[in-house]
Amino acid sequence: MDAESLLLSLELASGSGQGLSPDRRASLLTSLMLVKRDYRCDRVLFWGRILGLVADYYIAQGLSEDQLAPRKTLYSLNCMEWSLLPPATDEMMVQTSVVKGRFTGDPSHEYEHTELQKVNDGEKVFEEEVVVQIKEETRLVSIIDQIDKAVSVIPRGALFKTPFGPVHVNRTFEGLSLSQAKKLSSYFHFREPVELKNKTLLEKADLDPSLDFLDSLEHDIPKGSWSIQMERGNALVVLRSLLWPGLTFFHAPRTKNCGYIYMGTGEKNIDLPFML
Amino acid sequence: MEDLTSLKQEGNQEPEEAEQPWEEITAASSQDPVPGLPEPLESEQGPETGLQPESSPPQSSQSRTSTPLNDLTGLGASSPPSFPQEPTSTPSTLALARQDLWSPWKSDKTTSVIPEARTAHSNHLEQSSDKGESAPHQKCQSEGNTFQQSQQTKHHLHEPKDASHNNSKLKELRLDIFQEEDSNSNYDLDHPEPGTSEVTPNMLEIAIQNAKAYLLKTSSKSGLNLYDHLSNMLTKILDEHPENAVDIIENISQDVKMAHFSKKLDTLQNEYEMLPIYETAEKQKALFLQGNLEGADQELEDEIAENSLPNVMESAFYFEQAGVGLGTDETYRIFLALKQLTDAHPIQRCRFWGKILGLEMNYIVAEVEFREGEDEEEMEEEDVTEERDNGDSEADEDDEDELPKSLYKAPQAIPKEESRTGANKYVYFVCNEPGGPWVKLPSVTPAQIVIARKIKKFFTGRLDTPIISYPPFPGNESNYLRAQIARISAGTHVSPLGFYQFGEEEGEEEEEVEGGRESFEENPDFEGIQVTDLVESLSNWVHHVQHILPQGRCNWFNPVQKNEEEEEEEDEEKEEEEKEEPDYLGQEVGPPLLTPISEDLEIQNIPPWTTRLSSNLIPQYAIAVLRSNLWPGAYAFSNGKKFENFYIGWGHKYSPDSYTPPVPPPVYQEYPSGPEITEMDDPSVEEEQAFRAAQAAAVLAAEENEETEEDEDEEDEYD
Repeated sequence: MDAESLLLSLELASGSGQGLSPDRRASLLTSLMLVKRDYRCDRVLFWGRILGLVADYYIAQGLSEDQLAPRKTLYSLNCMEWSLLPPATDEMMVQTSVVKGRFTGDPSHEYEHTELQKVNDGEKVFEEEVVVQIKEETRLVSIIDQIDKAVSVIPRGALFKTPFGPVHVNRTFEGLSLSQAKKLSSYFHFREPVELKNKTLLEKADLDPSLDFLDSLEHDIPKGSWSIQMERGNALVVLRSLLWPGLTFFHAPRTKNCGYIYMGTGEKNIDLPFML
Repeated sequence: MEDLTSLKQEGNQEPEEAEQPWEEITAASSQDPVPGLPEPLESEQGPETGLQPESSPPQSSQSRTSTPLNDLTGLGASSPPSFPQEPTSTPSTLALARQDLWSPWKSDKTTSVIPEARTAHSNHLEQSSDKGESAPHQKCQSEGNTFQQSQQTKHHLHEPKDASHNNSKLKELRLDIFQEEDSNSNYDLDHPEPGTSEVTPNMLEIAIQNAKAYLLKTSSKSGLNLYDHLSNMLTKILDEHPENAVDIIENISQDVKMAHFSKKLDTLQNEYEMLPIYETAEKQKALFLQGNLEGADQELEDEIAENSLPNVMESAFYFEQAGVGLGTDETYRIFLALKQLTDAHPIQRCRFWGKILGLEMNYIVAEVEFREGEDEEEMEEEDVTEERDNGDSEADEDDEDELPKSLYKAPQAIPKEESRTGANKYVYFVCNEPGGPWVKLPSVTPAQIVIARKIKKFFTGRLDTPIISYPPFPGNESNYLRAQIARISAGTHVSPLGFYQFGEEEGEEEEEVEGGRESFEENPDFEGIQVTDLVESLSNWVHHVQHILPQGRCNWFNPVQKNEEEEEEEDEEKEEEEKEEPDYLGQEVGPPLLTPISEDLEIQNIPPWTTRLSSNLIPQYAIAVLRSNLWPGAYAFSNGKKFENFYIGWGHKYSPDSYTPPVPPPVYQEYPSGPEITEMDDPSVEEEQAFRAAQAAAVLAAEENEETEEDEDEEDEYD
């Protein structure tokens, strides 16, 4: 959710029980402005909160003018002092995929993971237990990246692609109509498109190149990984990800108010097929 | 626009004339020498002859008739011979009167087409003379106008209908001619399908069909479709033949769209939009109006005296400090909905339990305790139905057949707990949104709890949804919801140490009977606990809801009296996560009531609770916030004196491992192969012979015995 309209957004997203205490709100409103200034961001998003056992991580993201450009991700434990996270790499993801369970809340905490490695000692091959240390900060980076790639949402039309390539915020976006707001096809993944290139020409015939340049949500796997609801007597549409429980996207139809927030444990729900 | 383009055309046509064979002017100029065309613009007389040769009265009928002839032959559309006949027949009449001059026009349309078209052109010129492009042009027009107008007015006076009719006819004609002439450039456009389908196989044809179907899709906004629009545009372009059509194609498109007239047809129904938003607003209106219905002040006072409504807003304020809870307005709506509930039912105590998220709708849950003796009617009804169910399941009759019946009996059904005790201590009402109807959840049975522990399903938001799961769930979503509520309440409802104490009278009695106290009351001497103590030590928080045993009940039900074996099975079913002490006496025992949460079991090195101070900046006014890690979404706060529990989430238990479906039940072993199952080999000859020999020997011996016996008998008889 946008840092500028944080209070309204928090109010809108509150249907899922996710909120911030008044002191957190106040400190975020203050510190995110400073983040915007110091890191030279065009736009700062309050990304969400990852619940740890001892402390919570508050995550913010700084966007440059091109909305799809790589983002700066920052975390904070007290909502005032922000530290920049390194960009996520594939290597990190592989490394941290072995870690399960909850975050502790201590960024320097090290998970120990023992794995068997084959060691060639002359002609003999024997297996040796190697203890791998994984820092929680690395895991944090990788989880945020995974969530961003999997379930960050933007309504259709909120962004547009300029003829030169970069993607900008559409200032003429007036919100989705009520009928569109109920369809998953009106929502896009807020990341570089992956599936779009695989579409046939006929499927692309209906697409508007300046608006439909992202992947839509409706083809997500498994089918039914989103819960879409109208709340407050249809004045608000809320999308909840079932794959990453804790991610809530809200949009008030016919207004510009939209955004997503993640408040959860940072664990993927791999039981989804059993639960539907 | 139309005028302008035609005007332009007139003005620019000279140099390109040769390339436009179909243009009428060309035909006209064929009378005049072609190179002479530039002259007409300069000379005043030129345009007259060039543009309106036929409309000038002084001209002979011969020249008139020759014009269309030339024109048409130039186009190559129709055969010339048909024309000479008509002119020759008409001149006599034509020469006399102007009215007659137009008779061929009536009789034969093909001939009249061209003159009419030309007058149309001159018409354009007239109208647009003021915005004309060049001075000489204007001049020549003004010259020509005198002629034209006389002619023109008469045309229209005489045959206005025919003129319009012919005009449309002309369009078609021209288009056809054009098509034939410029087949290279335009043929594809008009007949794409036959052209391609001849060459290519079916695949392409289908693709073209699809493309055409796509083009024919009607827009929801304007009711137009692209196919028609394109053809209208092309018609217009070909009609008017503008110069550099490609440059003004957008304008043409816009023109065509704007010229399109669509009448809004009357529909039978009134088009009043009934948005669902109005319906919910109407429902919620009832919430806000309910206060006004109460009349007398006395009643109000009574109500305040026996108030059962919880102060939702106050606890919502504290939860907001903790960073949980719904928005302010939604909380207030729920508050009003709870008021509606307490007004409608004889409720002694009410509490906002929380909110369970669903796929389509959410559940708002209220925890309610009825006043003494006022809820029994409903309970009895339920009991009746349950008894009936039990009767069906135990319908084994003891028919004394010879064939063996199935010896398997369903494991002893554990009866559910009475209302107001154990897991059924409270009654739960749910609604999907504030203002909606409150639905009472059925009371929970132990079987439902046991199965609910083994499955993990999302709630849909509709209470009558069947739950399809691997251990078959006995009931629909309302039962599953009730079971989850019972489990969550048992696990996460905590209070500061000392807030509740055991009731003196009832507690002791039940202690003897049940082996555990099950009732408590508020401690009047509770002095409050320091908030910092609540945060630092988990032992200052206690469970005030009874633990649910693996059996599915809070109080032990002893099935042993009926069957001892089953009890063992149940013991095996114990879940490891549940904090269970091994039962030496064959009785499941859980932690007793008011046990500190510091004794809760860890979930694989994860502490089951997280405590926090709501604000580190102003610790003196902060509250203690407790968060359950076992049930994500369960919170409790205490400011030392007050406390509240709240749940919001999907209604699922946390486990670091992924959900594994329960293992299938063990395969029932067959009978062991023993003497009852195995048979001996058939008796062999030797055996039979040996047997016979033995029998014979036995018979002999028997006979001897018999004889002696008989002797004895005889002796007896005769005694």
